[in-house]
Amino acid sequence: MDFGNYLALIAPELLISISGLVLLLVAAWVGDSAARPISILAALVLGVACFMVGPALFDGASGPDTNAFAGQFRADGFAAFAKMLIYLSGIACLMIAPAFFERLGAMRAEYPILILFSVLGTGIMVSSGNLITLYIGLELNSLAAYVLASFLRNDGRSAEAGLKYFILGALASGILLYGMSLVYGFTGTTDFTLIRAAMTLELSTGALFGLIFVLAGLAFKIAAVPFHMWTPDVYEGAPTPVTTFFASAPKVAAVALTVRVSLDAFGLQADAWRQIVIFAALASIVLGALGAIGQDNLKRLLAYSSINNVGFILIGLAAGTPQGASAVLVYLAIYVVMTIGSFVAILMLRDADGNYVENIRDIAGLSRAKPLIALILAGMMLSLAGLPPMFGFWGKFVVFQAAVQADLILLAALGIAASVIGAFYYLKVVKVMFFDEPAGVVQGRSETGHWVLLIGTAIIVSPLGYLLTIPLGLLADRAAVSLSLLP
Amino acid sequence: MSTSILIIVFLPLLAAIVGGLGNRSLGNVAVKAITTGTLFVSCALSWPIFLGFLSGDYSAMVVPVLDWVRSGDMDFDWALRVDTLTAVMLVVITTVSALVHLYSWGYMDEDPDQPRFFAYLSLFTFAMLMLVTADNLVQMFFGWEGVGLASYLLIGFWFRKPSANAAAMKAFIVNRVGDLGFMLGIFGTFLVFGTTSISAILQAAPAMSGASVGFLGSRVMVMDVLCILLFIGAMGKSAQLGLHTWLPDAMEGPTPVSALIHAATMVTAGVFMVCRLSPMFETAPVALAFVTFIGAATCLFAATVGTVQWDIKRVIAYSTCSQLGYMFFAAGVGAYGAAMFHLFTHAFFKALLFLGAGSVIHAMHHEQDMRYYGALRKKIPLTFWAMMAGTLAITGVGIYWLHAGFAGFHSKDAILEAAFGRGTELGQFAFWLGAFSALLTSFYSWRLMFLTFWGKPRWAQSEHIQHAVHHGHDGPDEANPAWQEDAGHAVTHDVPAPGDMEGTAGYHPHESPVSMLIPLAVLSLGAIFAGWLFSEAFLDSAEFWDGSIYYNEGLIHAMHGTPLWVKLTATIVMLVGLLIAWFAYIRDTSVPGKFVEQFRLLHAFLFNKWYFDELYDRIFVRPAFWFGRKFWKVGDEGGIDRFGPDGAAWLVSRGSVGARKFQSGYLYSYALIMLLGVVAAITWVLM
Repeated sequence: MDFGNYLALIAPELLISISGLVLLLVAAWVGDSAARPISILAALVLGVACFMVGPALFDGASGPDTNAFAGQFRADGFAAFAKMLIYLSGIACLMIAPAFFERLGAMRAEYPILILFSVLGTGIMVSSGNLITLYIGLELNSLAAYVLASFLRNDGRSAEAGLKYFILGALASGILLYGMSLVYGFTGTTDFTLIRAAMTLELSTGALFGLIFVLAGLAFKIAAVPFHMWTPDVYEGAPTPVTTFFASAPKVAAVALTVRVSLDAFGLQADAWRQIVIFAALASIVLGALGAIGQDNLKRLLAYSSINNVGFILIGLAAGTPQGASAVLVYLAIYVVMTIGSFVAILMLRDADGNYVENIRDIAGLSRAKPLIALILAGMMLSLAGLPPMFGFWGKFVVFQAAVQADLILLAALGIAASVIGAFYYLKVVKVMFFDEPAGVVQGRSETGHWVLLIGTAIIVSPLGYLLTIPLGLLADRAAVSLSLLP
Repeated sequence: MSTSILIIVFLPLLAAIVGGLGNRSLGNVAVKAITTGTLFVSCALSWPIFLGFLSGDYSAMVVPVLDWVRSGDMDFDWALRVDTLTAVMLVVITTVSALVHLYSWGYMDEDPDQPRFFAYLSLFTFAMLMLVTADNLVQMFFGWEGVGLASYLLIGFWFRKPSANAAAMKAFIVNRVGDLGFMLGIFGTFLVFGTTSISAILQAAPAMSGASVGFLGSRVMVMDVLCILLFIGAMGKSAQLGLHTWLPDAMEGPTPVSALIHAATMVTAGVFMVCRLSPMFETAPVALAFVTFIGAATCLFAATVGTVQWDIKRVIAYSTCSQLGYMFFAAGVGAYGAAMFHLFTHAFFKALLFLGAGSVIHAMHHEQDMRYYGALRKKIPLTFWAMMAGTLAITGVGIYWLHAGFAGFHSKDAILEAAFGRGTELGQFAFWLGAFSALLTSFYSWRLMFLTFWGKPRWAQSEHIQHAVHHGHDGPDEANPAWQEDAGHAVTHDVPAPGDMEGTAGYHPHESPVSMLIPLAVLSLGAIFAGWLFSEAFLDSAEFWDGSIYYNEGLIHAMHGTPLWVKLTATIVMLVGLLIAWFAYIRDTSVPGKFVEQFRLLHAFLFNKWYFDELYDRIFVRPAFWFGRKFWKVGDEGGIDRFGPDGAAWLVSRGSVGARKFQSGYLYSYALIMLLGVVAAITWVLM
């Protein structure tokens, strides 16, 4: 294995980081007037990166050939699957941003660059084979994210969101680092494979502490209860395109990373963490659903919805099997589409003054003013609730299937029962849009780019999405296998 | 014959489907033409079959239709069985049904829902035909439930009328009780014989006659248990004492329905079933005694109640109940031929009486209370003569020495002779009860005739008539549509003083249209000649029945050998009843009032139908409501709802409030929760 091969394996990361630096220079030189072209270029870069991860994704690359830098970096099928989702959601977040920020007079050239760096960080997270790589990727992503959250500097809520995110994120990083140092101290290594080998015996208390602390740090990133507290405030306060980004790319990365760490590094100690994951899963489902019920703000509602969805994802993780990992990936893919679609639909709603509508009361009777948007948003909600024949049902189905086949029948049953609570607030949104007296707030036209994204996501979420079940399942299975086929 | 039986049975089904689904889109006339036309085709095909059996050209056969159930030991098909017994029922059903369809053209002319009505009628006819052609007990049960459904739908046809809905429900629920017995009987029969095929059961039945089984701690005869269970089914359907309460209320349905379902066909299904299974019943002496007793008791009970009713349809309804009692005790003493013969003649004259009553009601603008009739003989002469034929038939007018008389003369006399000729104490009991009931039959039938057609007009007090006079009754009458039938007045216990209500109020009764008169004419012919023509075959001919019912040769001889006074009893009591009625309602109309004054308690007892409804209300209906309310309030709302849906919703809404409060917005509490989470997780894994 020579250095050239290593560079080939990290080509997408190289491309994104170099492009990011170049575009940063361009931005500094040209100024904010170049914001739109830079956005387009950044999107193109991510598009190219998609093609670069394509082969690994479709081949389900695995084995020693995918390891770079002595196992510090892994470019296997699992990473490729997650990166594909990350890059595509990055592109979506670049597409929807200019119109939004321009309307507020806050479109700055840094936005696409920050997105690029954040995407770079998430890419490194999912490819990490070492606790150090993990931490670098995580921090790279987080630092960009803190800035993105407070991107509307003059908006108090945005600034508050950034600050809260930063402080709690720092706390979580501390917990994570403490756990990593414990793991290192008791196993003598930071490499996932070696940690796995070192954890075959009876686990020492220190290593157990380390394991718990590492997982707690990761749980913060995926916003699982009880490390979810930042989510509603940050999702609500951050600008909507940024919220969209938070709900998609970093979420995918954090989940994929958690799956990798749990099944790879801590894979032989599944009994140590399974109970905790199960608790976090059920707590996330229930608290996410209960929290969402009381919300008036659509973004806050979607924040709780994302907590709720993380719970379902964790059910797949709790299974602890390759099938569970595959189910998690399928769920993630569908969830990302649904969440982007929902946020785009909300982005397209403006009142007469051009201000963005976020309150649920303002979309009352939307079906009369904007029938198509209302219809698609209703479809997204039903899909998030997991109602057949919408595609969202399939994600929940595979997750529960994995849990049942891992003999976690009670967990699956409880999860299904708890998902009923979640159905309530999704259906409430539908009810408000279709059956309430029109509030007459939403007016004006929407941008073409938004329409394209909205209709594209709507088609995937619609029952037509079931055409994708076989290829999606195939890719996810391969990716999951590449995760478990250890070098 | 196999093709024609298929057409006979399934053509009405086809008509019901086309008419029911086509409904308004086909229009009144089309649906009426389709249903009535198909019924006349069925009728035209049925008579040759009957005549073929009569002349001995045909013998019993089974026409398979479809496989039905193949499950382990259980194995039966849809198949149509045609023998003499079926052939008799075929002509009764198709003839009366066809005539009732035709009659309904006139009677239901102003109704807005005519297609639905005709579709129901055809559906009923199909179900009834399935019942009588059944080759196995399950198929019979299918038909049995089918007619029950059609009866429910038709009693509640005027669903805007609360009393009609209540009556429909009552009929359905009371029939459930009987059906439970029937079902248990079918289950038991399958358990004992391992088959539901009727012919196989009847063949195997004699061998089982001695078998007994332990039941509730005592030994009982298997066949007695089975037959009594099956008979309970028959009691429900045929309105026998105990399960009779639904039949008078069923008069809430349109009058043609009463004629077809609640007089001529459906209510006789129980008699048909007992006759069909007669070889089985013959092996069960206790069950037969039970049948005899219930039949005789019903016969007397219904006749006594019929003497004091004011509603013209209710009088005829109790009369039906009473006549069914005759049929059952005839079957109970072993005279199945006589039972079927009475069923046959009764179908004609009772349908005639009902349709005649319908014609009177039609003429009197939906007035059904006989107190507001009178002197109609000259106003509606054709109806009068038809009713006269029916009355002569039901009271059994005839001359013994000529061996000629109206339909009821032949059949009812045969039943009384058979009861007497049986020679048992129970037979004697049935004979005397039957004879006394014949007196009452004569009395209430002539009372009906005299109140309706003789005397002075008493129309003035009728709200229906007043309505008609004030609004005019030419052309459709929006304000008083047919569904308000019998909505005019509260039932009063007291007989109005004569003279109070005399007068015509300027009303002119009109004779019914020709579509209603033709069925009356045809049925009149049946009421006059059916007995005379067929008595030989039904009563004395083993060849005619050809083994389709149990034929007791000895009993026939005993019947013919009864003393002369027995043979004349029916005629004598008929004349006595006529005389009393004439005296009380023509000669001196103050007599009924004085009688009621004298025997107030007895009158109240009879007028309130022996207080059966009140009794059932106390011991069944109210406890059921009480239990229902408890289950609803305490069990459902207090238990299931409170801890189920409502409780869960309450928990969720409280939880949602809690979750909101949990999200305080303060950074330090967020951080605290995170750290507590870590501590909790550590604690958990260390435990």
